[in-house]
Amino acid sequence: MLLFAFVVLVPSARGVYYAFTDWDGLSPDLSFVGLDNFAGIARDPDAVQAIWHTVVIAVSITIIQNGIGLLLALGVNSLIKSRTVLRVFLFAPAVVTPIVTAYLWRNLLGPDGAVNSLLGAVGLGRWGQDWLGDPQLALWSIVAVIVWQFAGYSMVIFLAGLQSVPKELYEAAAIDGSGPVRRFWSVIRPQLAPAITINLMLSIIGGIKLFDQVYALTGGGPGHATDTISTLIYKDAFTLGEFGYSIALAVVLTIIVAVASTGQYLVLARNERAAS
Amino acid sequence: MNRYRWRTFGLELAMIAAAVVVAFPVYVLVNLAVRAPSDTSSPIRPTTSPTLANFSQAWREGGLGGALVNSALVTSISVVVVLAVSSLAAYPLARATARWSRAMFLLIMLGLVLPFQLAALPLYQTMRDLGLLGTVWALVLFYAGLQVPFTTFLYTGFIRALPHDFEDAALIDGCRPWDAFRHVVFPMLRPVTVTALVLNAIAVWNDFFTPLLYLSGSDQQTMPVALAGFVGQYVADWNLIFAALVISIVPILVLYFALQRSIINGFAGGLKG
Repeated sequence: MLLFAFVVLVPSARGVYYAFTDWDGLSPDLSFVGLDNFAGIARDPDAVQAIWHTVVIAVSITIIQNGIGLLLALGVNSLIKSRTVLRVFLFAPAVVTPIVTAYLWRNLLGPDGAVNSLLGAVGLGRWGQDWLGDPQLALWSIVAVIVWQFAGYSMVIFLAGLQSVPKELYEAAAIDGSGPVRRFWSVIRPQLAPAITINLMLSIIGGIKLFDQVYALTGGGPGHATDTISTLIYKDAFTLGEFGYSIALAVVLTIIVAVASTGQYLVLARNERAAS
Repeated sequence: MNRYRWRTFGLELAMIAAAVVVAFPVYVLVNLAVRAPSDTSSPIRPTTSPTLANFSQAWREGGLGGALVNSALVTSISVVVVLAVSSLAAYPLARATARWSRAMFLLIMLGLVLPFQLAALPLYQTMRDLGLLGTVWALVLFYAGLQVPFTTFLYTGFIRALPHDFEDAALIDGCRPWDAFRHVVFPMLRPVTVTALVLNAIAVWNDFFTPLLYLSGSDQQTMPVALAGFVGQYVADWNLIFAALVISIVPILVLYFALQRSIINGFAGGLKG
């Protein structure tokens, strides 16, 4: 308990306090500057942009990763012969260190990388892009890399949910003669409510806190085209020495996480009650 | 409906195609890691004369051996501490009904929501004052504090669903509470312990931000930080970088494939918490 207080609670509280000061991380003398740091964030186009990127990344990862994860889970939960092997392979990227996959993809997505080579090999060479160097595309490339790595994670959680659906339900629905889509929506989806809750929670919060992949793939560039709140926190504190400002950003991040998780919890708790 | 039909076969092919998409980057990774730097053919063409020279050079120059030891050390110590603290904290939280235990539980849940970025910078200062900066102990301390809330949450949910009878019987037989916990309750917690072990070990092993902060400027490195440094040093020498990446992935994947059943169940097990 003490440990937890020492590592999380006390520093967090101090963090909130520093957010209102001009602390530079070293000198013991600091002065109270009120809301200056927050006003600075609102005025700083890079920071506003980073907040926007963070939201875009979190939302798109949540939708795409869980969508694909669910399709994969339905596929693996069928009668196909390779289901056991596929489950193991599809999940494998999720245990690999994120920064390793990010460096791997940085090469694959480069101008002479494997993705462009592959497009060339199948005659789509003109679709080739500088996936990470183009400010328009870079953010989406990052989303794609994360989806590639963690779709299997969502799949495993959905799969656990699917396997807890009683067999009788499937059979009853099949006898009623309802089509596969209707069967999924009306019979299986309500049973998946807990799995959906967990998956949405994990991907939204993971997306909001995202740091490793952005750092390794683009470093926030080109320019500031892919900076997220977390990369700005790091840069402001450790390359610019603006600790107070950086921590104010962390407070903004905390608020976003808190709002996202409370909102989500309320909506999903209602749905789960409705489903049961 | 439970028969293998043409449609099932179509689904099988579609799923295998999905697996190929997932595996493609790994193929390129290995393909380039065994290629000599002079070979500049397309990255998707199989390497004609594979070499292992990249691996030995990456190992020698990247300091990967030391990083591997550090990572293993940090991961195992942190996980043991987290499991011990969390299971002990969860037991009274789940069993006691007093008001303080409910308040305590909420306080711990607060730790689930607070992003670590908020605490990371002030803690950086504290660690520096304690002289722990640049040592693996800073990391162990940090992870212990960071992972305890989630793990306690898992344990508490699990213990609440356990019947009281066994501990009651042990206590009536004159067992001290500590022994009752150690010999009676803890063994029953095995499933959730496996889940917590897997989740914590992977989170700690893969973490990059924390060691980047707390170990920067020292010669102590964990695997992710060593790799980042390596990439920074050999910017365009991708054959060498890929060899280093392969070295870092192999231990994880070997463990994963050896223990895949418990690991996948471990991840899925959080669902029941």
